[in-house]
Amino acid sequence: MSSRSRKRAARFDPLHIRWPLWIVSGSAILFLIAPVLLLIPMSLGSAEIIEFPPSKIGLDQYRKFFNHPAWQSAVLNSLQVSVMTAVFSTFLGLLASLGLVWGRFKGKGLINAFIISPMIVPLIVMALAFYISLAKFGLLGTKLGLVLAYTPLTLPFSVLPISATLRGFDRSLEHAARILGASRFQTFTKVTFPIIRPGVFTGAIFAFMIAFDEVVIALFICGSTAVTLPKKMWDVIRYEIEPMLPAISTLLLLLAALILVLVGLLQRRVARRMTVG
Amino acid sequence: MHYKSTTSSLWHRQSFRQLILVVPALLALFLLFIYPISSILIKSLFSPDFTLKHYLYFFKTPLYSRVLWITFQISVLSTLSALIVGYPIAYVLRRAKPGIRNFFLLAITLSFMISLLVRNYSWIIVLQRSGVVNTVLTYLGLVDSPLKLLHNKFGVMVGMTHIFVPYIVFPIYSVMMGIDLNLEKAAQNLGATRWQTFWRVSFPLSLPGIGAGALLVFIMALGFFITPALLGGRKEQMISNLIQIQVVDLLNWPFASALSVILLLATLVVFAIYNRYLGVERLWGGLKT
Repeated sequence: MSSRSRKRAARFDPLHIRWPLWIVSGSAILFLIAPVLLLIPMSLGSAEIIEFPPSKIGLDQYRKFFNHPAWQSAVLNSLQVSVMTAVFSTFLGLLASLGLVWGRFKGKGLINAFIISPMIVPLIVMALAFYISLAKFGLLGTKLGLVLAYTPLTLPFSVLPISATLRGFDRSLEHAARILGASRFQTFTKVTFPIIRPGVFTGAIFAFMIAFDEVVIALFICGSTAVTLPKKMWDVIRYEIEPMLPAISTLLLLLAALILVLVGLLQRRVARRMTVG
Repeated sequence: MHYKSTTSSLWHRQSFRQLILVVPALLALFLLFIYPISSILIKSLFSPDFTLKHYLYFFKTPLYSRVLWITFQISVLSTLSALIVGYPIAYVLRRAKPGIRNFFLLAITLSFMISLLVRNYSWIIVLQRSGVVNTVLTYLGLVDSPLKLLHNKFGVMVGMTHIFVPYIVFPIYSVMMGIDLNLEKAAQNLGATRWQTFWRVSFPLSLPGIGAGALLVFIMALGFFITPALLGGRKEQMISNLIQIQVVDLLNWPFASALSVILLLATLVVFAIYNRYLGVERLWGGLKT
């Protein structure tokens, strides 16, 4: 070995990142984030066509979006469907997590695997499966149909954060409450639930987000009577040039950022409550 | 504690009460997951008598074998390219100072949270004929006529890689966090060069993360629908797109059902490999990060 390479080896620090790697990883991050951020300036254009760079600057596209009845009803439908899905899936997920994390019965692992299995089934398969079975009950083109389809899909994502929170919960608090005379129900509503609440909210937010963004199942189920926001966006992206789209995308970008902050705050609260408890 | 096994004391048994809590979720899954999935299985096999003709038709028609091959090809390629983009990010995340690490994590998580449609749409804006890339290239005089970057394999690869990178980064990063960096120091002290240290120490130790991320992404890619539909051309249509065309345009439900069963089986096979070598828990771990 030459003396030069020996010297270099002696100076080696595993935490040192050399410049070529900075360039590679920096470009990778840019690749992830730049195209989406580019939509923000694009949304400020006022022209009837989408141009880069926009020639006239203004908030026209946002104004148009908020005053457009078809888009309004799509947003409303999406909100209704996603909130209902989040409620169902969080309720089922909370009960199941309580049973699965604290329970001692046979087949727990199997039930666990069953609950997260909708995660690995391709969406298009779920979409066709629901298309065929909802048709039998006349539920195609209804919001209820969408909620029913989204409930199993979002269940794993509400169970994950809820059971993670439950695993860190100190059950001696419950025993203390019981010894002090609280009923089983009171113990849950006054002691357990307030402590695990941030985890439950996180689960609900995940379920909401997935339902709010889902398009593949929506394509099959929505019909023309229960059009959700992603379905409407899909039609527009696919078949026409719509200058409002960058503005709508920017709003969705802001929603994602908002939810990121919200989940971050909730996670911090989970951590704090666990250490205090 | 001993209880008599009457109904009332069954309620007092803890394990029974806990099992009861799981029942609503199980009922919902049987009704809203198992039942719909079995209805496509039945639709693909009975019309109305038992028949395998839809499956035979699929495997006999050269056009469909081609779709299967393209599905496989795009899934492998997009998994590889997501690895190439994602691995350096994970490597830097492990070593960077908290400030930069947090900035990187924020960027990845934000990209991960943004609507799939928006992410694909942003690439249409960037790659289309009058898009950002072509505008810049023409302005700089690097090309005479706009490049065709959309509705071909390139467009699909870019769009899918963009979506899969976070799924690659998180598992690799979490495996890397468990690696003792002193091992690298030791290798260097024993005379290894940087490259040798990387290929003989750091890289092999991160393999479980690579395996977990790659298989997860491959499973997702097999059934991917949105990106090939929006960014691909006619030649890049995957099996999911074929299913949609069969249902929406041709109203051929039994054949679409057979296609779905084939796709589901392929996914389950890959998942079984995943489970055999990595365990289901990794799916959870990858998401918790």
